[in-house]
Amino acid sequence: MTQNAHKRSGIADRLEAWLPKIILAPTTLAMIVCMYGFILWTGALSFTKSRMLPQWEFVGFLQFEKLFANPRWDVALSNLVVFGFLFIAISLLIGLLLAIFLDQKIRGEGAIRTIYLYPMAVSFVVTGTAWKWILNPGLGIEKLVRDFGFTDFEFRWLVDQEMAIYTIVIAAVWQSSGFVMAMFLAGLRGVDDSLVKAAQIDGANAWQSYWHVILPILRPVFFSAIVILSHIAIKSFDLVQALTGGGPGYASDLPANFMYTFAFNRAQMGIGAASAMIMLFGVLAILVPYLYSELRGSNRG
Amino acid sequence: MLKKSIAACVAAASVVIAPMTQASEVEVLHWWTSGGEAKSVAYLKERLEGKGVSWKDFAVAGGGGENAMTVLKSRAVSGNPPTAAQIKGPSIQEWGELGFLASIDDVAKTNKWDSLLPGVVSDVMKYDGKYVAAPVNVHRVNWLWANPEVFKKAGASIPTTWADFIVQAKKIKDAGYIALAHGGQAWQDATVFEAVVLGVGGPEYYQKAFVELDMKALDSKTTEEVFKVFGELRQFVDANSPGRDWNVATSMVINGEAAMQIMGDWAKGEFVVAGKKPGTDFVCVASPGTSNAFTFNVDSFAFFKQSDSENQKAQKAMAQEILGSDFQKVFNLNKGSIPARLGMARDEFDTCAHDSMNAFVSSAQTGGLVPSFAHGMAVSEAVSGAIYDVATNYFNSDTSAAEGKKQLVAAVQSAM
Repeated sequence: MTQNAHKRSGIADRLEAWLPKIILAPTTLAMIVCMYGFILWTGALSFTKSRMLPQWEFVGFLQFEKLFANPRWDVALSNLVVFGFLFIAISLLIGLLLAIFLDQKIRGEGAIRTIYLYPMAVSFVVTGTAWKWILNPGLGIEKLVRDFGFTDFEFRWLVDQEMAIYTIVIAAVWQSSGFVMAMFLAGLRGVDDSLVKAAQIDGANAWQSYWHVILPILRPVFFSAIVILSHIAIKSFDLVQALTGGGPGYASDLPANFMYTFAFNRAQMGIGAASAMIMLFGVLAILVPYLYSELRGSNRG
Repeated sequence: MLKKSIAACVAAASVVIAPMTQASEVEVLHWWTSGGEAKSVAYLKERLEGKGVSWKDFAVAGGGGENAMTVLKSRAVSGNPPTAAQIKGPSIQEWGELGFLASIDDVAKTNKWDSLLPGVVSDVMKYDGKYVAAPVNVHRVNWLWANPEVFKKAGASIPTTWADFIVQAKKIKDAGYIALAHGGQAWQDATVFEAVVLGVGGPEYYQKAFVELDMKALDSKTTEEVFKVFGELRQFVDANSPGRDWNVATSMVINGEAAMQIMGDWAKGEFVVAGKKPGTDFVCVASPGTSNAFTFNVDSFAFFKQSDSENQKAQKAMAQEILGSDFQKVFNLNKGSIPARLGMARDEFDTCAHDSMNAFVSSAQTGGLVPSFAHGMAVSEAVSGAIYDVATNYFNSDTSAAEGKKQLVAAVQSAM
């Protein structure tokens, strides 16, 4: 009897030990196959001459050569640099300022916070379409100001090859800075009041206490925000599609749009896969140092 | 009790399954989901059902059919392709090369398709000398749509050459109208570019350079001339054009904001819906310098290999139906194009369609009937995509004609 009970509890123990693994197994398997499996698959495809369908005839780095010889890819890559840098920098700046202002214990903070956070709830397609109308010279800002009587006013970045990429920055910043604000606000609320008090006792003014005390404490928030924003930047596809359609010409193309066009519309799966791999390396270049510093930090702690 | 209910279940199941396995069925992949197009497909369905062939609709929305193609690829690779799919142009050859397409040559022989279709069109429908696809319509792409009211007010006349176009368009612009209604999307840029290629270079040059991709023809003085004229057109387009949809541009011509648009015959539908009459409220003429030429854009259904013999029969019934004069008439009246098959009764079509039919027949004899590269009829998707890129980038920048030619040659070469 006692032996039996012992045995049963043995099984139960073992089951308990195995249960989490069993429950996690399907997800893990799906992850391995659908994420890493397909990354490898895409990597392999980028070395083949695949056009409309996968074809396993290997051609070495030919697709990558073709990719970098393509002027449209150059435009897409340099757009990504411009867009990524401005988008991250401006979103961080605006988000941080909004968070600091909101943190001054003002009235109606909840309502204001919701208003600023709201764009995040809208999909990029909606953002893109709305800004397409706002920035259209014949419909939006230019027409409005002209109707006010300033008939020489010109604001036509959307239809200008040189400037179109900046309209994407505007729309993306509008969408994401509220989210950055929320992250910073949470960070600011976590700052120990006694530290700020101590700084004030030491005679620091508001500017100094933010610059020397609070912002350094917020360093992890900066890191998370940058990582999340750079993901958004590299993956940006729907915003471009809705706002400019990559135009005028292909002046506002980003790598994700390039990849989609070549892999799915143009039956150039090899070049599409090659561009996807370059994008993956872009993400890794940001992610690996970040993970490295994070993991090293937690090991030390 | 148990036995009985099992038996009942089996019986019920066999009733459900039976019609699926016995009656013949066609599953058709297409992206004609809106307005007149959907009506046209519904008519085909009706006709086939009258013959005892059931129709399984496999519509994947998305205007240009990119979504549909993605679905089709995955279905074909997994060994379960539909009976027929809306595929056109050189893509038919690509699918044929991959070994997916079924021959419907016996249907074509008994119905004498070779005598019904012009050679250039039937060539597109064949893979390895055998019919694997059936054309439903012919669009003419090289049309100029004009608002005669605007021309009168500006004191201009409808141009017949590109040199004349530039003169007339300047008059219109000076009179305060937009001369050329245009939507700045890559395919529309390519459509205008194509009209310039055909008008400036003529059908022979067009065929050599943009269909056969002869590098000598492509890298010639003519190409530079084409780019020069194409570049001149930049000034006649309004600043708001980037990203504009083609039908919005058409409506600018309809309501008298703009004088002309260069667009395929699907634009006619917009005029007709707005209650305008061809000849009086709007004018359709061949785009400058192309009255003896015809860039065709033919929609077609390609047929996929079927294992079930009943479905093979259904597939052939469908092929026969598509080229039947009854279906061709109804479908094309709805869609604004003209029938692919020659020698049909014309009375129900309008004057623009008559012009199109005449040009179709006469250009087929003179060699002016050429496939449209802007609409995926002439070259592979990779090459037409490369031409798109160059054309749209050129039109939206102030690149020189010589540089434009250089870019075109390089892009086409690397995409081949």
